[in-house]
Amino acid sequence: MTEYRGVLICSEALQGSLAAISWELLGIGRKLANDLGEELYAFLPGRGVQPLAQELVAGGADKVFVADDPRIEYYQTDSYTALMDGLCRQLSPQIVLMGQTSLGRDLAPRLAFRQGTGVAMDCVELSIDLQDRSLLQTRPVYGGNALAVLKTETKPQVATIRPKSMTEAQRDTSRRGEVISIPVNVPPGGVNFVKKVTEEVEGVKLEDAEIISSSPGGGAWGGTRPVCDSGWLPAQLQIGLTGKMVSPNLYLVVAASGSSQHMAGCSGARNIVAINKDPEANVFKYARFGVVADYRQLLPPLTEKCKELLSG
Amino acid sequence: MDIIVCVKQVPDPETPPASFRIDPGTNKVIPAQGIAPVISTFDELAVEAALRIKDKHGGKVTAMTLGPESARDVLKHAMAMGADEGIHLLDAAFGDGDGWATAYALAQAIKKVGRYDLVLCGRQAADWDAGQVGLGIAEFLNLPSVTPIKKVEVSDGKLGVERLVADGFEVLEVSPPALLTVSNELGEPRYPTLRGIMMAARKQVTTWNAQDIGVEASQVGARGARTKLLRLFIPIRESKCEIVEGEDVVDAATKLALRLRESKII
Ligand SMILES: Cc1cc2nc3c(=O)[nH]c(=O)nc-3n(C[C@H](O)[C@H](O)[C@H](O)COP(=O)(O)OP(=O)(O)OC[C@H]3O[C@@H](n4cnc5c(N)ncnc54)[C@H](O)[C@@H]3O)c2cc1C
Repeated sequence: MTEYRGVLICSEALQGSLAAISWELLGIGRKLANDLGEELYAFLPGRGVQPLAQELVAGGADKVFVADDPRIEYYQTDSYTALMDGLCRQLSPQIVLMGQTSLGRDLAPRLAFRQGTGVAMDCVELSIDLQDRSLLQTRPVYGGNALAVLKTETKPQVATIRPKSMTEAQRDTSRRGEVISIPVNVPPGGVNFVKKVTEEVEGVKLEDAEIISSSPGGGAWGGTRPVCDSGWLPAQLQIGLTGKMVSPNLYLVVAASGSSQHMAGCSGARNIVAINKDPEANVFKYARFGVVADYRQLLPPLTEKCKELLSG
Repeated sequence: MDIIVCVKQVPDPETPPASFRIDPGTNKVIPAQGIAPVISTFDELAVEAALRIKDKHGGKVTAMTLGPESARDVLKHAMAMGADEGIHLLDAAFGDGDGWATAYALAQAIKKVGRYDLVLCGRQAADWDAGQVGLGIAEFLNLPSVTPIKKVEVSDGKLGVERLVADGFEVLEVSPPALLTVSNELGEPRYPTLRGIMMAARKQVTTWNAQDIGVEASQVGARGARTKLLRLFIPIRESKCEIVEGEDVVDAATKLALRLRESKII
């Protein structure tokens, strides 16, 4: 029988650096590996990513497996699943973690099913059950109305983590680790990449913004699904379970009901201020401050007073 | 192009959170009084995507569901929208499965259908929000897959697909048979027409049990599940919202601004 040991994370790079999700994966991955007393492995796929391997070591990885190849610059199901499947066969990790990102949403289920095991998506808490050393996975379900605690009874135990739900690893350049290059075979598949269309919205990136408003004003702008579906805002600015996960200092929620699916995207916001004409609106359950009013009447004097306070 | 669309019945995801209840004894959601279950939002969009292809290129659209007796309603809904047939996987053995067990049963049923060029699913079900069954079906059937998509078009026997990513979308060319999962960026689903509803009411749906699709009871449902649910609960949210009031709207706005400043939020 195979002995499954260690934690394997699938890291992601973004414009020449490790993506924020990679630091979260390192943070939780290192913690789980320590709790088990085992090693943390990191997989680093992409084009020109080799220089980032030392960053993963600095973030806590004991071994980094690098697949640096122009053919895998963009995530692609067949090649990435084959690479991760190969690594899982080689390492037999007990736990495999990815981000709940474009990559992880697609790769985690495919990999898990190829490995003959189950997967828990979009986890917000992971811990080791000290009795049987297996992974306990907590994830929001029913749009965030409930939490489920799950245990996968087959190995490896595969999970994705919700962005901004885990503590990022600290960078420590004195850490030592091994960097191993792995060969890339791109299997012939039924999906051909034609092109990528970038639809970046001008201004501050939603995920990095300190102030977000669901109505035009200062800071970045984001909204609910109906607002994006109807074309008032571009789809990239949808906040929520199936949109962006944000963690601003202030989220001004204007005329949004506070559905659990929307609020799932801003649980990391430090201050939520709600404006809604309905005193029973669910959004007030999440807010620190609220005003029951028609936003069309409230926003102009609010904007004016804020400007006055900020300039004075 | 022959298309199979997998659809799931879920508690209405727009149920007000105040009516959302869980039975801690069974780890199950207690259906909210007077709120009927619905076809999962993204699955309805998968039906829409299939019908758009059918409108242009012809072919057959088959809706398939795994679920209890009541799940027949979502097949009827898909048929009222314009799907040609419905297949209901109905067996006590299918109950309480995880993504693995459900994907396995659906994949076996799709194999039994035999002829298809495309399988469509919603990007995730509105109850468990996992988004793994579609990909699981693709893995069991060894199909190429793309998830989640906002557009699919057929030309020269190939599928032109737009896949959503964080900062835009990717344009991909996919060879059928393939599996795609559909997101809300596709656009609004059509409403069933009166004629559609009447036709759907007259049509039979096909019902298959575990034996019909050649699976053992131990491979599906709770017994086939790889991932076990230990606990389902409603997180306690301490509501501590300070409602700012004023003599009129302008006064309320002024007070809110002052409170935000005092609390060092702005
Ligand atoms: C699986 C799934 C995933 C989903 N993912 C997401 C997601 O990622 N993001 C998301 O946002 N939604 C998502 N949804 C949809 C979600 O369930 C809600 O339908 C949506 O968030 C509601 O948006 P809303 O609050 O803008 O609209 P509504 O529910 O229509 O609410 C409008 C609110 O505005 C208030 N209002 C109206 N006019 C005024 C006025 N003049 N002044 C003050 N207040 C006013 C009303 O009182 C009401 O509270 C998802 C749903 C499902 C099923």
